[in-house]
Amino acid sequence: MMRADLLADPVDGLDEALAAVAAFDEVLVGGLLRPQPAQAAGLAGLAAAVAGTPLAAKVAEAAEKAVAGAADEDHFVALAAARSALLGSVHDALTDRVQQAAGRTPGEWTAPAPAAQQPAGVLAAARSWLADLARCGWRGIDHDVVSGAAQVVGAMLPDPALRRQAALLDGFAAELAASCPGSALERVPARRWADLWSRGMLLTLPGATAAAPAGTATGRLLPLGVDLHEHATAVQAQVHGVFEPADGGTPLLVRASVSAPKPDTVVGAGLWQLLRPHMSLLAAVSEGRSMDLVGMPVTAEGDLLWSDAYARQGEAADAFSTARVALPTAAGGPTAPLDRHPARIAVPVFLEGYTAETGDEGLVFALAGQRLAVDTDRIPAAGPLTPEAVAASVACIGLLRWDAGSFLVQPLAVETTVRKKPVAVQAGAWAGGTADKAGVKAEKAATDAAAVLRERAGRLLRK
Amino acid sequence: MSDWERSSTVRVVPPARARRLAKVPFVELADGRLQGVVSSGSDIERVYVSSVEAAGFTFACSTNNNRPCGGARGYFCNHIRALIGEAVLQYGVERVARYMRVDLPDGEPGVIELHGAMSAARPAQGDRAAAAPVFSRFLRHLAYLELAPTTAPLPEMQWFPPTRGVA
Repeated sequence: MMRADLLADPVDGLDEALAAVAAFDEVLVGGLLRPQPAQAAGLAGLAAAVAGTPLAAKVAEAAEKAVAGAADEDHFVALAAARSALLGSVHDALTDRVQQAAGRTPGEWTAPAPAAQQPAGVLAAARSWLADLARCGWRGIDHDVVSGAAQVVGAMLPDPALRRQAALLDGFAAELAASCPGSALERVPARRWADLWSRGMLLTLPGATAAAPAGTATGRLLPLGVDLHEHATAVQAQVHGVFEPADGGTPLLVRASVSAPKPDTVVGAGLWQLLRPHMSLLAAVSEGRSMDLVGMPVTAEGDLLWSDAYARQGEAADAFSTARVALPTAAGGPTAPLDRHPARIAVPVFLEGYTAETGDEGLVFALAGQRLAVDTDRIPAAGPLTPEAVAASVACIGLLRWDAGSFLVQPLAVETTVRKKPVAVQAGAWAGGTADKAGVKAEKAATDAAAVLRERAGRLLRK
Repeated sequence: MSDWERSSTVRVVPPARARRLAKVPFVELADGRLQGVVSSGSDIERVYVSSVEAAGFTFACSTNNNRPCGGARGYFCNHIRALIGEAVLQYGVERVARYMRVDLPDGEPGVIELHGAMSAARPAQGDRAAAAPVFSRFLRHLAYLELAPTTAPLPEMQWFPPTRGVA
């Protein structure tokens, strides 16, 4: 049973670490071309915060150069590394707390063997663009500096080994472009853009994202639900589930992901249509089935590197039975060092016995004397789950997340009452297709839109 | 810092709203312009590349083969009208007006008010210099369809949650 009370307790050192991050975030708002005294303090604070770590000397030097307006790309990398290390420590403290609350033991990280080499040229170009951004600051961005990303992203996209970098920079650049000129912004998403910038910086280091699978998985996969991610030109669906090894070993929390670049006009049900052909697991979620895996590659983090060749349809499996019976016994995977960030926390939890209350700050679950915010905005629009159904629910499978200083739960599925009958509703129920009336209509609209784009592409693209 | 400023996952740009793409397969607010591509009603091979600049509303319309649009003579042609209409469907009238720096009247202004406000400024007709870059952006946009999906996880996408809010 979830110990919600633990989630509200203060975490030692959290405020101090986040204050150093926030001060550095303000540094990037103004930019490092001509740093002001307040920015110098923010840079010194970041260096001080990592003074007791192996990063100390490099970061101190980088901060000093940045204060003088003379930082080069290596210095920016050092500053990004310091900020990422601080948020890594926040991630670790929060993850410990989540593990206690969920009654789960975390996995041990073992570094995988490095995989394929990545081309250094385009990564250097990306780093150069990010360095330009840091000099301009968010208040100084204009179309000229932002458009520098287009060529970098264009070179990255065709290479699947650079998909992480491409998806990040493409989404980031689109946001910046929509926010130009920075001087006219009413407010700046300082934490978010500093996150994306730092992450971009670190991902341009050769080998940062090249991880090989750590082993293979043979056994039964019981899906819990689907988490969808999207920006204008990319989409990813992650299925969270419990994997029961055929050899009788400890059940594991696993994820299976499928992602694709997309034109910005492919939205709603069109996202599922794009992903559906590449992972049979999405249909299994829609149909309420398990899948049997044989030799499926899996990373140390518990990410299945899905291929339909290693999976076949299993028996019916109700997500709520999985949540009640299998989830409490499952061990979580560790997090890769570079991915240690609070935004990456997404721990499957099962909640019941709460009271759903709607107030000024949106929906909350009152649970064991605590109030846990419910992030209904993350529920995909192309699906049967609605904020109203969550508000009327009696049990919930969700992902426990943390953002802007507090924990919140993202509903993946709920048990609720529809026309006086108890029903389970999955946020990702339409992932594999649907016979639902509203779903069929959404599918039709998405099919038409995709057909137009493909027709236009076929006629105009190869001339 | 407000919660918004210290949120890692705040949605800065809402997703495009779904719309029918048959007439206007591509519209965007970029490079300081409302710009896009309008399919010809009569010739399946031909498209019109249309654009309107923010603030001054200088407009241009020509075919992908760089022939001038017969309708765009001193005032917005039907292609530009269609472009504005579809931009409003995709982004919402407020976002288009903000980007184009149009002051909309009070009440519930829509595409008619937006179009009216821009036309009333008696915008000049620009040269066709924008057509080539806009068309190449359209092709780049279409090329996203040809990129292979992957099943390796993209942890970076954790920063890009969906939203039920629309533009």
